[in-house]
Amino acid sequence: MATSKQELVPILPKPRDGWDVERIRKDFPVLRQTVNGKPLVYLDNAASSQVPMMVIERGAQYIEQEHSNIHRGVHYLSMKATTAYEGAREKVKRFINAPEAKECIFVRGATEGINLVMHGYGRKFIGAGDEIIISAMEHHANIVPWQMLCEEKGAKLRVIPMNDAGELLMDEYDALLNERTKFVAVAHVSNALGTINPVKEIIERAHKYGVPVLIDGAQQAPHGRIDVQDLDCDFYTFSGHKMFAPTGSGVVYGKARLLYTMNPFQGGGDMIKSVTFEKTIYADLPNKFEAGTPAIASQIGLGAAIDYLNIIGREKAALYEHELLEYATRRLAAIEGVRVIGTAREKLSVLSFTIDNVHPHDIGTILD
Amino acid sequence: MSELSELYQAVILDHNKKPRNFHKLENANRHAEGFNPLCGDQLNVYLQLEDDQVKEVSFEGSGCAISKASASMMTQAVKRKSKQEAETLFNEFHRMAMGELDVETEPNHLGKLTIFAGVRDFPARLKCATLSWHTMHAALNEQQKVSTE
Repeated sequence: MATSKQELVPILPKPRDGWDVERIRKDFPVLRQTVNGKPLVYLDNAASSQVPMMVIERGAQYIEQEHSNIHRGVHYLSMKATTAYEGAREKVKRFINAPEAKECIFVRGATEGINLVMHGYGRKFIGAGDEIIISAMEHHANIVPWQMLCEEKGAKLRVIPMNDAGELLMDEYDALLNERTKFVAVAHVSNALGTINPVKEIIERAHKYGVPVLIDGAQQAPHGRIDVQDLDCDFYTFSGHKMFAPTGSGVVYGKARLLYTMNPFQGGGDMIKSVTFEKTIYADLPNKFEAGTPAIASQIGLGAAIDYLNIIGREKAALYEHELLEYATRRLAAIEGVRVIGTAREKLSVLSFTIDNVHPHDIGTILD
Repeated sequence: MSELSELYQAVILDHNKKPRNFHKLENANRHAEGFNPLCGDQLNVYLQLEDDQVKEVSFEGSGCAISKASASMMTQAVKRKSKQEAETLFNEFHRMAMGELDVETEPNHLGKLTIFAGVRDFPARLKCATLSWHTMHAALNEQQKVSTE
């Protein structure tokens, strides 16, 4: 594994026009602190990213000046809050190129997004003997809900295997698809391996069997382009807190046609058109899926985080991240005993590694 | 000494590399399985108890340096102790790790086990150090399984 000394000379990504990393660091107040006398370095963005000043200020402005309940009151503040909240939904629509904003349901995060689809679609349309396909590299959030559904309905969970580099075996996927397949749920990008899955291809093949597909975009959203119309996915979900927004923000997109046929997720206020003790008529999209008062400040923060990503430039950020990934991979691989996990050809800036004979928790404590 | 080097002292690294009493005990009459769902650490503690005395003790399993060293030193500490003495050690070790027992000022029976006092500064690693003790305690009291959650 060890390479010659010459290759160990740092070759950091080149500075380029309109991309000033030091200036971007200054956008994040958390990085101003020192820990053990050294400037804070934060590498756990795949779990949860930090929040830039612009997003903090937008959330604070809402709390200071606009806070009220949405969709209900006819008073000044309620209208301000509703406008800001729905404005964030419009930003999400453009962010993922959804046909309509009402197809973008606000949820607490990708986990809730997947659970919403499992309850709303899965429990209504999937039954005994049916099959659900996921992949071997799913986050627990995209495994457990489907296991719960399979157990409840007597359906079967099928898993697309992967190779040693962490790439899905598409031939095996083809072999799993059949008339009993009723749903496919896969990650756009693996949280542990960084693999970018060929989701467009996965969706196309499922659609040949008339099977809807959910894409878990939690790792793609902060780093790459999302175009739900180009992908032709039926559902797409991501978390705000992995893309510079506060916790409690997130989105699940669904094709309106499917969202209309689905059961609601939770019952309560805001998701109804009319309620009598005999019958309730559900509200139109997106309110049908947003029972109760949502995380208004967080979702407005998500809108601001999308603005922030657009301002710093998503393409430029992606390019820089790619160079950092290559640099870090090269340097880590040069250390004896270090093994990089996940070496897919199509890979995002997620880097996992092990060190021979050292437990990951000891590495974590020592590097902290 | 920094907090980190206090945590990873030479003794701990040595026990991690060469764990003592690291095998299954064939003639054990007490056994418990300990599990830390946070990191997946899993270990088995075996005891041979005779007339309320720990005649033999061993462990096996996988885990980080802290959990392995702690288990190794736990077996050395409770060997040939009475059930009551082993329970006292469990109690004191647990309180030390939680920061409730100051081993420098308060009387205790921990001896060289006090090198684990450093874990009180690493709340995320506390369970690594205490897992084997909880498992030993469970085995003494004839519980089959113990989880740190």
